[in-house]
Amino acid sequence: MKFDTPATTNPIDQLKIIGHATSRIDGPLKTTGRATYAYEWHDVVSSPAYGYIVGAAIAKGRIASMDLSRAKVAPGVIAIVTAENAGKLGKGNYNTAKLLGGPEIDHYHQAVAVVVAETFEQARAAAQLVQVSYSATTGAFDLSAGRDGAAKPRGRGDDQPDTSVGDFPGAFAAAPVQLDATYTTPDQAHAMMEPHASMVAWDDDKLTLWTSNQMIAWTTGDVAKTLGLPKDNVRLISPFIGGGFGGKLFLRSDAILAALGARAANRPVKVAMQRPLMFNNTTHRPATIQRIRIGADRDGKITAIGHESWSGNLPEGRPETAVQQTRLLYAGENRMTALRLAMLDLPEGNAMRAPGEAPGMMALEIAMDEMAERLNLDPVEFRARNDTQVDPEHPSRPFSQRQLVACMKTGAERFGWSARNAEPGKRREGRWLVGMGMAAAFRNNLLMKSGARVRLDRSGTVTVETDMTDIGTGSYTIIAQTAAEMMGLPLEKVVVRLGDSSFPVSAGSGGQFGANNSTSGVYAACVKLREAVAQKLGFNSADVAFLDGQVSSGNRSVPLGQAASDSELMAEDSIEYGDLAKTHQQSTFGAHFVELGVDVATAEIRVRRMLAVCAAGRVLNPKTARSQVIGAMTMGVGAALMEELAVDKRTGFFVNHDLAGYEVPVHADIPHQDTIFLDETDPMSSPMKAKGIGELGLCGVAAALANAIYNATGIRVRDYPITLDKLLHRMPDT
Amino acid sequence: MKSFTYEKANSPAAAASAAVRTTNAKFIAGGTNLLDLMKLEIETPAHLIDVNGLGFDKIEPTPEGGLCIGALVRNTTLAADERVRRDYGLLSRALLAGASGQLRNKATTAGNLLQRTRCPYFYDTNQPCNKRNPGSGCAAIGGVTRQHAVIGSSDACIATHPSDMAIAMRALDASVQTVRSDGTTRNIPIADLHRLPGDTPHIETTLAAGELITSVTLPKPVGGTHIYRKVRDRASYAFALVSVGAIVQRDGTGRVAVGGIAHKPWRVEAAEAEMQRGAKAVASRLLDGARPTRDNAFKLALVERTLAAVLTDAKG
Ligand SMILES: Cc1cc2nc3c(=O)[nH]c(=O)nc-3n(C[C@H](O)[C@H](O)[C@H](O)COP(=O)(O)OP(=O)(O)OC[C@H]3O[C@@H](n4cnc5c(N)ncnc54)[C@H](O)[C@@H]3O)c2cc1C
Ligand code: SF4
Repeated sequence: MKFDTPATTNPIDQLKIIGHATSRIDGPLKTTGRATYAYEWHDVVSSPAYGYIVGAAIAKGRIASMDLSRAKVAPGVIAIVTAENAGKLGKGNYNTAKLLGGPEIDHYHQAVAVVVAETFEQARAAAQLVQVSYSATTGAFDLSAGRDGAAKPRGRGDDQPDTSVGDFPGAFAAAPVQLDATYTTPDQAHAMMEPHASMVAWDDDKLTLWTSNQMIAWTTGDVAKTLGLPKDNVRLISPFIGGGFGGKLFLRSDAILAALGARAANRPVKVAMQRPLMFNNTTHRPATIQRIRIGADRDGKITAIGHESWSGNLPEGRPETAVQQTRLLYAGENRMTALRLAMLDLPEGNAMRAPGEAPGMMALEIAMDEMAERLNLDPVEFRARNDTQVDPEHPSRPFSQRQLVACMKTGAERFGWSARNAEPGKRREGRWLVGMGMAAAFRNNLLMKSGARVRLDRSGTVTVETDMTDIGTGSYTIIAQTAAEMMGLPLEKVVVRLGDSSFPVSAGSGGQFGANNSTSGVYAACVKLREAVAQKLGFNSADVAFLDGQVSSGNRSVPLGQAASDSELMAEDSIEYGDLAKTHQQSTFGAHFVELGVDVATAEIRVRRMLAVCAAGRVLNPKTARSQVIGAMTMGVGAALMEELAVDKRTGFFVNHDLAGYEVPVHADIPHQDTIFLDETDPMSSPMKAKGIGELGLCGVAAALANAIYNATGIRVRDYPITLDKLLHRMPDT
Repeated sequence: MKSFTYEKANSPAAAASAAVRTTNAKFIAGGTNLLDLMKLEIETPAHLIDVNGLGFDKIEPTPEGGLCIGALVRNTTLAADERVRRDYGLLSRALLAGASGQLRNKATTAGNLLQRTRCPYFYDTNQPCNKRNPGSGCAAIGGVTRQHAVIGSSDACIATHPSDMAIAMRALDASVQTVRSDGTTRNIPIADLHRLPGDTPHIETTLAAGELITSVTLPKPVGGTHIYRKVRDRASYAFALVSVGAIVQRDGTGRVAVGGIAHKPWRVEAAEAEMQRGAKAVASRLLDGARPTRDNAFKLALVERTLAAVLTDAKG
């Protein structure tokens, strides 16, 4: 189905099932331990062996020699695979560094071997006996040192490293009120609960890979490319994923090493990446240095806005596109953005939830707070004055929907924003300095082709099959809701099967594009199935209603299942998009409000309450949508207050590589969260009229905290995370 | 993890003698620290002696009016004990500030005292570490050291002791009872249990090889207001950047032990003489000779400010 004109009324608008706060249909499987996560397929192969990964002990250099003799004779060892005996390996389209290193080492903890043994414990013990000696070379590990030598990266599509509109330098210099400030965000880890894990079984030159992956088609292709197999020889199965946040968008070493290990051992092999390896072996969100300049007239109208960002990556890696939102979020006739990329020998930087906007908004939304203060304007008012209903770089391009101001005003009202004292450091409650902060939320809405297959059987049950993934987000549920709404069925009559490369290719889970696109693909397939049903039952398809398990037209009504009485009916289609995203800018908007306390003695920061207001198209399921947003808000608290991969700049690795060292928020950090979704449908986005939500909820949160900390203490910190040591020396006497 | 043999000891003396009879043996209590370290091969015992069956799981009054805490009393039990909550509030609060409910259910009194550092370089077997691998060097010095010691450290090691409970034990003047491999017993004041790193950071306590802790004894209650203040980046489930355990009497005298800053619970009796003069005076004596790194110099100010807040609270 080609979606190239705005959606009109369609069966989804009935909202009998869509738009209801349905609990996740996969919930019981998960709470009873029956959901088969990657490492938990106990019945599909017999007697798998276990692989354990050996990670490189240096960040850059070569393996001088490797001695496997002790490991080989250790109890239970079946095989050891290294680059030397693995055979020729390619590199996946989505990988920057090789997944099996050697003799060259590209980054710390890059895999250099997998040891396969009868049991996990034997593999782990033997892995410690692999003796590797390295000759290390010096590398570049410090972004701030690499800043001056950073180069202009290659552009990609509309995403160019440099943009410019009007005369930014002139307008900025002439502006009566100016801000020129530099902000930094650290490297961050996805730190999802389920580690990367895989099991591979070979059948001749075909393999089946049970894994934990967000993008089935990308990864199937990259397995084939890395191993030099035809794509058809690779079957990938990943129905349940214990969190990903972008860390599982790509093929990673667990899968390739399971495949190589299984080939060497001549039997199925499981590999789960050990937690201490995850932080340096896999990808992470790269650190940024961001310079923001804003000029405004005395009425608070922005006349010039400029945003530059520096990040680092391995050769061939991409920059963190932290300036993205600044091209679209606020008005201003003179504008510029620039991305620069330094070569670093740290592990590969790549996408993490809301790549670009998450770190970009961390900086931009502090800058807006700083400007508001210089202008003596309320931060909500300042942002509202600079609202734009059109793409500021291309004023002929309107936003499809843009309720930013409504989000901020609703939030201010609900949160009690008017109680905020604009003068910082003035509200004290016992040992706490209390402050409020807010920030806008912004994230683009991406349209991607997405396919699905639907089958109707004689019992009237519809089964949906698509390679879409559910990373804990609720994909199963909203897809079931979509099919149920389309086919006039209760939810229980829909079966959803996901995450299998033998199913039609979907958008997958990433970039908050999963929900809108994958349900639209299901919509398209259901439209076809409705036609097939109508035809089969001899209805004139124009006026057929699908309701309560019945197909009716005029005064004739037939049970849906009857259409499949002699044989199953099947339909397959995908949603494909025309030019609506070109003619209209599609983005999602929101506003975050935070109240927190800063301990006057220790400068410990403790959140008191948070509110997010979102306007992001139709909310397909308020319950799963809320879960996405409160989860994102929690992640934003982590980004603001504690998350940082600490770089050892001498030897080039992330030092705090486990969950004791890399802190993320715990329950006690998150006392109270509220969410509000504004009523919105976006007919430009898809037949579902929905947009993404999962990343919007993160964008801006950290800045709202930073602004609240400033409001509480009068101390402006521009370097994340905002830990107490950055405040302490400027805190008032107790 | 290296493979190991295992036995369940049936008497304290048997446990202690088994520990020296077998090379490279270790006691295991709750296992919450030891097993983690074994998985990473930071600890590589060849033999484990399980002391859980020895019956050291009671908290009993002593003739002197104190409490004798069995070495295997779980942290949860100890924190909840009515006598502890009433007379040794500092201990209960310190315990509850540590780890998580699940861990405290498993963790024992002796194991807690003997838990090892959380220095991230100690945890990474690719890195040189004098504590893990004597003579290999110290990767932390010059590296990422926000968590590390600011005082009592050496050129060989700047690690901290991570226990919360030990801070309270130190302020309470607890003592440790042990049995040695030859069956003899001794009493070690808590101040003498943990060592500074010096040139031998791998030797962390004054216990002899195979010496088994059987109990920890608290002297008669000293009264006063008991405050344990643990400062950390997140609200729970994190080790202290700095923690202050204090017992403050009505007249403003008292005791202070500080965690998160040294290789052992840090208490300087001479500094306590300054308590009536306030936090600044105490902190300057307490931290006399401090050698912080660039990353952790903030801990000096943090100790003083936290102590000031604690002294204010004690008055309230
Ligand atoms: C995730 C996590 C978070 C934590 N957070 C905190 C925290 O915030 N604050 C805190 O204080 N602690 C914290 N801990 C540490 C925890 O308190 C210790 O792991 C626990 O107290 C150790 O007790 P155990 O009985 O399990 O010791 P084990 O692991 O069994 O043993 C530890 C050591 O003591 C020795 N040992 C045990 N019993 C005896 C005995 N009777 N005589 C002689 N030697 C003995 C063992 O040989 C071993 O060397 C945390 C631990 C984890 C895993
Ligand atoms: S500080 Fe101590 S524990 Fe840490 S690396 Fe140095 S020697 Fe090892």
